[in-house]
Amino acid sequence: MGAGKIARRGFLVGAAALGGGIAFGTYLYRRTPENPLRATLPSGSTVLTPYVMISAEGITLITPRADVGQGAASIQAHLLAEELDVDPAKVQLDPGPASPVYYNGKVAAEGMPLAAWDSRWLAQTGRSASDVAGKLIGLHLTGGSTTVPDTYERLRAAGASARETLKAAAAGEMGVAVDQLRTEDGQVIGPDGSTRAYSDLIEALRDTPVVQDVPLRAPEQWVRLGRKHQRTDIVPKSTGTFRYGVDLTLPNMIHATVVTNPVRGGGLRRMDTRAAEAMRGVEAVVAITDGAAVLADNDWRAMEAARAIEVEWDGGGPDTDALWQTHADAMTDDNRDSRFADDGNVETAPGAPVTAEYRVPFLHHAPLEPANATVLYQPERTEVWTATQAPRFVAQAVARITGQDAEVVTVHALPAGGSFGHRLEDEWVRQAAEIAVQRPGRPIRLTWSREQDMTHGFLRPMALARGHGTVQDKRVRSLDLSIAAQSVAESQLGRAGMPSFGPDVAIVAAAWDAPYAIPDRRVTGYRVRAMVPVSSWRSVGASHNGFFHECFLDELIHAAGADPVEERLRLLHDDPSRKVLETVADMANWAGPAGARGVAFVYSFGVPVAQICEVRDTDGGIVIDKLWIAAEVGRVLDPVNIEAQLSGGALFGLGHAISSEITLTDGSTDQTNFHDYESLRIWQTPKVEVRVLESGGPIRGAGEPGLPPAAPALANAIFAATGTRLREMPFAKTLRFA
Amino acid sequence: MRLTVNSRQHDLDVEDEMPLLWVLRDVLGIHGPKYGCGIGQCGACTVHLDGVAVRSCQIAAADAVGAAITTIEGLGTPEAPHPVQTAWIVEQVAQCGYCQSGQIMQAASLLAEVPNPTDAEIDDAMSGNLCRCATYPRIRAAIRRASQSEDS
Ligand code: FES
Ligand code: FES
Repeated sequence: MGAGKIARRGFLVGAAALGGGIAFGTYLYRRTPENPLRATLPSGSTVLTPYVMISAEGITLITPRADVGQGAASIQAHLLAEELDVDPAKVQLDPGPASPVYYNGKVAAEGMPLAAWDSRWLAQTGRSASDVAGKLIGLHLTGGSTTVPDTYERLRAAGASARETLKAAAAGEMGVAVDQLRTEDGQVIGPDGSTRAYSDLIEALRDTPVVQDVPLRAPEQWVRLGRKHQRTDIVPKSTGTFRYGVDLTLPNMIHATVVTNPVRGGGLRRMDTRAAEAMRGVEAVVAITDGAAVLADNDWRAMEAARAIEVEWDGGGPDTDALWQTHADAMTDDNRDSRFADDGNVETAPGAPVTAEYRVPFLHHAPLEPANATVLYQPERTEVWTATQAPRFVAQAVARITGQDAEVVTVHALPAGGSFGHRLEDEWVRQAAEIAVQRPGRPIRLTWSREQDMTHGFLRPMALARGHGTVQDKRVRSLDLSIAAQSVAESQLGRAGMPSFGPDVAIVAAAWDAPYAIPDRRVTGYRVRAMVPVSSWRSVGASHNGFFHECFLDELIHAAGADPVEERLRLLHDDPSRKVLETVADMANWAGPAGARGVAFVYSFGVPVAQICEVRDTDGGIVIDKLWIAAEVGRVLDPVNIEAQLSGGALFGLGHAISSEITLTDGSTDQTNFHDYESLRIWQTPKVEVRVLESGGPIRGAGEPGLPPAAPALANAIFAATGTRLREMPFAKTLRFA
Repeated sequence: MRLTVNSRQHDLDVEDEMPLLWVLRDVLGIHGPKYGCGIGQCGACTVHLDGVAVRSCQIAAADAVGAAITTIEGLGTPEAPHPVQTAWIVEQVAQCGYCQSGQIMQAASLLAEVPNPTDAEIDDAMSGNLCRCATYPRIRAAIRRASQSEDS
């Protein structure tokens, strides 16, 4: 895996320029970053593109966006393959090294107050600035549902450039004109039917200049994209042969686990490791930041020994109960973080008033694969194997610990057994590095126990919202929403040693920019001063604001005596948004006779999504029978996987809304494993029906936007079934679920 | 102690109480079964003991002596998948895939016992297998597909 393999043998073909259409910007921005594969290639080889490698053994496609289960590797391979004319199932995939070449030009826009439905000049300029910023700082990062939008053109362009260069090389060898050649399944085919495998063209490529600016094939010509195809990881993941970080085995490897203070930086009063050190297979117990690491000959012995360590921690922190007051107190002018939406005058709006308060708790990402990393430290070079969404940050963090240059820290990015934002963090990698410098020359594979993982989360912020609005003449007249939460950007960038500036859009995301033409409408974000480390959790701010906004709007619509779908349709000023709401109402036959239903609409990550949920109130509790989902993504590249992503996001949202919460006592997490941090189980899962619309507008990713409408659709359905308004998550605190 | 895994015998020097999961993963290098919770709550570690699905994190190595232990590697291979694995491939169930070895072993055990399970029987049998990616609709579809393929 990783750059090591590329370094030994290889030849890279394709476009020197990444993507196209870079028309403005600074000198630094215009300069293409150095191809990271060039530095490590054997002499005599030529490197032309960061995405396609051809060697005598075959073809390797570089897929730099992290695969955390969402299918990123497969879709990147298909984008390249569509133009390169190779079968993604027959080539090698490699995430490539950490490098600024693989910068993400789209993700910074998520931090800007730009409404996705806004196509005016100012918003477009802002989005272009995101690309400049991403490239300037070499933001090699996966997140914000940007993998497809960010790589859609770039990878097809790389594939096309590589294909045309291969044809040019073959033309020279075969003595025919390039336009007489075609390509198929990794081969160039001549006019007489003779073939040259791509991997047989290495010599000819040496003297062939790279063909640039190749026009891309029109979607009507596609043979893979947009059609049902198999994800590249499906067979190994169905046969137990897919390898994760926890499975990595290296010669002479030490298995490690850690015991650290549940309050980071809290300090240590007393620790007795004698019993642990005497246990079978234990090599040593060593000190690391905030605690200790056990080094042993297998994971279980390490974890058993860690349990045998007697420890009293120092330090402490807040209780969740007290934090609700802190959030309520934060709703003052002093703490006002943003007011991006302020139409009309909510203070003087006429009509009958409605008010409500909503709460969502802290949540943990808790992917099923526990946090893990393997680090091999040597004085001249360090290697890291870990699943990460931000490999350059990992290299820099490890370099700070080893005292080396980040250039000599090689990160082999592994696929993750889930993330939901967790693999943007890297605490476990730093811990493995701290151990590794104490054992030069020996690979350290650190695996967190589930208990360590559950009690050391980087949390989705808890958040508090207050809604005030008025209704008049069977219509919603005004809506004023105030939201108080910690800033994820401040907390997360702070951990990476970087400052954050200005308001945090996440605090109000998917609320301020909800495309409703309510005459008097205001959304205000209040920043709760950082106390608890918080993080980007699937759909980030939209994960709570979808609930706040859509439940409060539903309360207003009911108070007005209007129909929840009709009134939303009347208020939506964005055509694609109205279309998805109409579609979902059609799918569910909203107008017809039905059980208890709730609807919600949320526009997040550039994707308008509408959902309708149907529930039954039974003697055993609430049963969720059905969930309908409609979304608009511009264009669908993998119809099978996009359905799984939208459905998976929505069900993830439902499960957490029903049963999950992280609570803190004196700063420590109370939950320790999946028995007290439950999420959706199969018997709670409704039937799900998904319809994805393709207007041909900007292409979007679907990993996150399926989540935000699910909880409010459920809460609104439960209101229809029971008359109870659920204003606090987890819902199981208020009502019984079957 | 001697354990029989995927029809092969292994003589091992491990603690009696070492959970079977860790014997498989760290001593025998069989990585299909996964550690998710270690307390019987997630099902990622599911294997068969004499054909019946069990949580290998809850079985002491000594208690597995004499039993036929089957892991996902022994169920089928990429070249020759078991019908349940074929159904999982056709339905494209996996997202991150981490839970799926356990899901497939649980489903194979269910179908061996109940060839045509009802929806309720499926939900009941699969209730201990957590999927954080929430692939449940496709798990149900794959089980139904496998059940039909065994019918024909
Ligand atoms: S690891 Fe055995 S049930 Fe979770
Ligand atoms: S596929 Fe990710 S946990 Fe099930």
